[in-house]
Amino acid sequence: MNFKHKFVFLFPGLFVLIGILIFPIIFTIRLSLSGWNSYTPEMNFIGITNYIRLFTDDPRFWESFFRLSFLSVTTVILQYVIGFALAMMVWREIKFKRFFRVIFLVPMMTTPVIMTVIWRTFFHESLGPVNDLLGGLGVKPILWLSDPVIAKFTVIIVEVWQWTPFMFLLLLAGLLSLPKEPFLAAAIDGASPFRKFVYVTFPLMAPISIGAIIIRLIEASKIMDTVFVLTSGGPGTATETSSFYIYIKGLREFQMGYAATLSFTYLVIMIISLTIIAKVLTKLMIKE
Amino acid sequence: MSKLYTFLKYFFITFWTVFVVAPFLWAVSTSFKDFQSVNSKVTYIPWLDFEPTLEGWRVLIKSPAKGGVDIVEPYFNSIFVTCTASLISIFLGTLAAYALSRFTFKAGFVRNNDITFFFISQRIMPPIVLSIPFFIFLSTIGLLDSLLGLVVVYIVLLMPIAVWIMVDFFNRVPKELDETALIDGCNPYQAFYKVVLPNSIPGLIVAGMFCIIFGWIDFFFAFILTFTEVQLLPVKVVALNSSITPWWSLSASALVSVAPLIIVAFIVERYLSKGNLSGALK
Repeated sequence: MNFKHKFVFLFPGLFVLIGILIFPIIFTIRLSLSGWNSYTPEMNFIGITNYIRLFTDDPRFWESFFRLSFLSVTTVILQYVIGFALAMMVWREIKFKRFFRVIFLVPMMTTPVIMTVIWRTFFHESLGPVNDLLGGLGVKPILWLSDPVIAKFTVIIVEVWQWTPFMFLLLLAGLLSLPKEPFLAAAIDGASPFRKFVYVTFPLMAPISIGAIIIRLIEASKIMDTVFVLTSGGPGTATETSSFYIYIKGLREFQMGYAATLSFTYLVIMIISLTIIAKVLTKLMIKE
Repeated sequence: MSKLYTFLKYFFITFWTVFVVAPFLWAVSTSFKDFQSVNSKVTYIPWLDFEPTLEGWRVLIKSPAKGGVDIVEPYFNSIFVTCTASLISIFLGTLAAYALSRFTFKAGFVRNNDITFFFISQRIMPPIVLSIPFFIFLSTIGLLDSLLGLVVVYIVLLMPIAVWIMVDFFNRVPKELDETALIDGCNPYQAFYKVVLPNSIPGLIVAGMFCIIFGWIDFFFAFILTFTEVQLLPVKVVALNSSITPWWSLSASALVSVAPLIIVAFIVERYLSKGNLSGALK
């Protein structure tokens, strides 16, 4: 095929994307080497001072990063297990199959911040229905949003509600595309449902599972909207994630230079760790 | 054994359905309450627990001067930004995806897969990393607090999704289709436009829906990059969530904001049941 046509197809998209992104990335790197803040709002050059500060004198960033890792890994595991279970249940014929499929998809169509506003009233400690209903069962009011440990679980509950549908969708689409023959063979051999799952369904689903988990991890690593509205990182810094911390440094305290340092470091860590996770998952789930 | 399994299955499905629906029911109920029925004790059922009012819904269309929360303008802003950015992303993304699926590219160590990965990897970029430079970038070219500025930013969010879905989709459209068209005398553009594209409508719809979902639900960029001139829906609703929250109008506006995309759930399910989605999503 003619040589130059392929570029006509590829370049518009590629160059628009690069064109929009090139400035922010170069700018972030340059900004991270400056001391831009509200007192000296200028692009001076202070070398790697900001990076030294980050690596020697900022435990709050690293705490927020580990908190983010904990939150995203936990939510993604829960989403995967629940999403897979839901997908298995409505994969084959059951009553009201299409109704349940729609219901299971609905949360991902709703705007996270807006639903979080609703969740905030839902988990309200004195006027919300959760504590009221639990109170009816004789449970003492639970401090859903103001206890440092419980607040983390509240964030997890909301995230699981919001994004399990995405996992469900990818896995169900995968299940529906599986070939029929291996299942017939297993049925002829008289395999129990459990063995069928372990030896047929799960291995066949492994590549799709890895794809789904990695996509969700990428998205979950950006947890921000939920935290922003639900707890504002609080109580204290109990639910503060990296993005939120960078937001506070950059756009509340206007330490732009330092925030850029945080951003760039954070981005590099994300790319490296997601690549490693992708490699490890592939090793673990696809045997042979 | 199998009876227990069936029981557990229906138990779990019921449990999850209740969990999914609960916040919506709560919001519907709250949207008909007034100050008294929100703040005295927790109430659930209209007429039985409290006297319903339409006040929460009425303020949605009142102008802010009269103490309303004008939600109509943000609504149209959101629709405009989402649709424009989705269309541009789909257009550019589909062309790029077609190129990546049909032709081989080679530049140094860069191959097709690397270019595809470059597109998709833009999703890794945390919004916060981009928001500060975008803030300065857009204020330099005078697009801060404007619809056009948001469209530019949203293209970065949405094009990776379009490329991701369409590359996989085109990989499943048989190559013979284009080849036949070329032999019949079409040039490559005609082959793409007249033959490949009409056969890719399910993929385009799925990609379009995903772009619309991820455009519509974005909050952070709209929050950072706009102030007063232009407001998008999520920013408007969250702004209502101030210290003294009128829960009734908050719930009503939340319901109105999430309603249009629930239709998308039905469309996605339809494609899923017909088996078209599996091709488009793997």
